[in-house]
Amino acid sequence: MSTIAHANHDHHDHKPTGIKRWLFSTNHKDIGTMYLVFSLIMFFIGGSMAMIIRAELFQPGLQFVDPQFYNSMVTVHALVMIFGAVMPAGVGLANWMIPIMIGAPDMALPRMNNMSFWIMPFAFALLLGTLFIEGGGPAGGWTMYPPLVLQTGKAFPFLIFAVHFLGISSIMGAINIIATVFNMRAPGMTLMRLPLFVWTWVITAFLLIASMPVLAGAVTMLLTDKYFGTSFFNAAGGGDPVLFQHIFWFFGHPEVYILALPAFGIISQIIPTFARKPLFGYASMVYATASIAILSFFVWAHHMFTVGLPINGELFFMYATMLIAVPTGVKVFNWVATMWKGAMTFEAPMLFALAFVILFTIGGFSGLMLGITPVDFQYHDTYFVVAHFHYVLLTGAVFALMASVYYWLPKWTGNMYDEKLAKIHFWLSTIFANVLFFPQHFLGLAGMPRRIPDYSIQFADFNMVSSLGGFAYGISQLLFIYIVIKCVLGGKKATAQVWEGARGLEWTLSSPPPYHSFTKPPKVTKALMDY
Amino acid sequence: MINLSGIKRTTVYLTLLTVLMFGFGYALVPLYDVFCEVTGLNGKTGRIYNAEASKLVVDADRFVTIHFDSNINGNLAWKLKADQKFLKVNPGKFYEVTYTVENMINEEIIGQAIPSVTPQIASLYLKKSECFCFRNQVLKPGEKKNLTVRFEVDKDIPKNVESLTLSYTFFRALREDKKVS
Repeated sequence: MSTIAHANHDHHDHKPTGIKRWLFSTNHKDIGTMYLVFSLIMFFIGGSMAMIIRAELFQPGLQFVDPQFYNSMVTVHALVMIFGAVMPAGVGLANWMIPIMIGAPDMALPRMNNMSFWIMPFAFALLLGTLFIEGGGPAGGWTMYPPLVLQTGKAFPFLIFAVHFLGISSIMGAINIIATVFNMRAPGMTLMRLPLFVWTWVITAFLLIASMPVLAGAVTMLLTDKYFGTSFFNAAGGGDPVLFQHIFWFFGHPEVYILALPAFGIISQIIPTFARKPLFGYASMVYATASIAILSFFVWAHHMFTVGLPINGELFFMYATMLIAVPTGVKVFNWVATMWKGAMTFEAPMLFALAFVILFTIGGFSGLMLGITPVDFQYHDTYFVVAHFHYVLLTGAVFALMASVYYWLPKWTGNMYDEKLAKIHFWLSTIFANVLFFPQHFLGLAGMPRRIPDYSIQFADFNMVSSLGGFAYGISQLLFIYIVIKCVLGGKKATAQVWEGARGLEWTLSSPPPYHSFTKPPKVTKALMDY
Repeated sequence: MINLSGIKRTTVYLTLLTVLMFGFGYALVPLYDVFCEVTGLNGKTGRIYNAEASKLVVDADRFVTIHFDSNINGNLAWKLKADQKFLKVNPGKFYEVTYTVENMINEEIIGQAIPSVTPQIASLYLKKSECFCFRNQVLKPGEKKNLTVRFEVDKDIPKNVESLTLSYTFFRALREDKKVS
C-alpha cells in the first residue's frame, strides 16, 4: 500500500472542487465528514443551551431567563443533542468507516446518502428557527406529551415537520447502511468476521427502520389532533393522552439503543486495539447486541410506571427491563475480559473507552434502579432521571464518540493529533462531567423535580456544584475543537496502521485513504484480524 | 462483492418495512382500544343487554357499595351531580341511578361524558345496559337534564372488592357532528 502524502493530488483521484464537492457529494468519505462536522456544530449549539440551563440553576430563584424560555431551552437542548449531535455523529462514522471496514468502494446508495445528509440542515433550520418566532420555541419537553404540547404556539407545526424530516433522514441513512453491509462485503468478509462496529450499526439501522416510522405516526396524530379535529389523544373526543405515551415510548426506548449501540461498537473496536488482544467473546457480543435490540421493543412502559398501569403490566415491564441488564452485562464482561492480561497502553481513545466502560455502567446501574417499579414512583421525573440518562448519553455515547474521533482522526487526516492535549481534554472532560452529573443523583433522591427553572433552597449547594462542573465541562470541549483543527491542518504523519494493535481492512489503506478506495475488492482472510 | 440486484431487493424490502411500521403506529390506536376493552382498563366497563337481565341470579347475601362521582372538565360551564352519593347493591341485580346535568350559561353547548371505574380490577364486572357516556348531549341555555345509568354488578366480582367508584367527566364536545362510540 503506497502512502501518498497528498492523496488529493493523485491523478486517479478525480473529485469535484469547491462548494459543489460538498453540495452534490456522493462520496461516502465526504458525506461522513459533513455528518461529523454538522454533529459537532450541533453539539455546541445544544451545549450552549445546556450552559443557559445550568446558569439559571446556579442559584435558586429566577436570574437570567424567563421560565417559558427556560422550558424551551430544556426541550430544544434534548432534541438538538439527540437528533442533531449523537445520531448524525453515529451516521457520519458509519459512512466513513463501514465501506472501508468491509472492503466496499462506497455506500450502496450514494445519491440517497447525499439527500439524507442535506435534509438535516433544513430540519434544524425549522426547529431552531422557532426560537426566534412569536411565542418562542417548543417548551413542552422533547417527549412532546399531549395535552401540554398542543398548547405550543406557532412553533408547533415547525416542531412536527422537523421531526418528520429528521425521521426521513435517519431512515434513509439506515436503509443505506443495511443495503451496503448485506450486498457489498469483500470476498471472505463473512457476517461473523464483520468488525463489531459494523455489526452494531446494522442492528441500530434495523432499530431505526422499525421505530422512527412509529414516531412519525405519533407526531402526525398530534398534528391532526391540533389542526384537523381528530381525537387520538383528546379525552373530550374519546381519545386518551396516555396512548401517546405508549406510542411515543414504543419508539423512544429503541431510540435510546439507537444512541447507545454504535457506541458499544466503537468501544469494541478500540479496547482490543489498545489491549493488543482480540475481542473476547466476539459471537456473544453480536448476540448480546441483537438481544438488547429485540428486548428494547418490549420494555417501553418502564418510562410510564406512574401513569396508572395495572399491576400486572408494571410487573411485566419491570421484569423485561431487568432482563436487558443480562446482555448488557455480557458486553461489559467481554470488554473487561478483553483487557485481562492484555499489553495495554493508554492513548486518548483508550482513556475515553475505559471511562466509557466505567461511567456507562454507572448509568446502567441507575437505570436498573429506575426500572424497579416501586422505587420508580419516587425517582420518576426527578433529577435522578436526568443524572441517569446523562451518564449513559454523555459519559456513555458522547465519550465513545470522542474516543472514536481520536481513534480514527489519524486515519481520516493522515496526521497524528496532539496526544498531550488530547489527554488533558480527556481528564478535564471526565472530571467535570462527573462534577456536573454526579450531584444530580442526590438532588433527584432528595426530590428535586426535572424541567423547572427554580427550586427550593435545600437543593442550592448541589446545584451550584453541578453548574460549576457544567461550565468547566463546556469550556473544556473548546479544547477538543482546537485539537481537531490542529490535527486537520498538520502534525506528525500517521502510518497506514496508525496504532500498533489495530486490525482490520481500514488499516490496510493509506492515511488518509485515497478518495476512492477498494475499487477492486480486497481478499479478506482470517489472518487479517489475528494477533 | 457488489451485488446490484441485491441492493435493489434490500432497499425495496426495507422501504416496505418502513411503510409497514408507519402503519403499525396507527394500528396501535385500535389495538389499544381492544386491549383496554378486554382488560377493562381506562374505564372500559362490561356490557349487558336488557334481554339477558331476566337470566341473572341475584346474590342476596352479598353487598357491594358503589360510589358515584362526577366531574366537569375546565372549559365547560356545566354542573354535574350524581343524584345519590352511593348505593349498596346485590350482585346480579339491576339498578338504575340518575345524574343531573345543568347548563350554567346563556349558550347552547354540546358536551360528552367519559366514564372511569376504580379499582381497575372491578371495571369489567360493572356491567351497564344503559349509559349516557360517549354520546353528544345538547343543553340549551340554562337547561337541566336527568341522565340515566342502568347497571348490574356481576356476581363473579372478586371477593375482596367491597366497594367501587363509577366516575363521569363531562368534556365540551369537539364538533357538533362528531359521534364517538
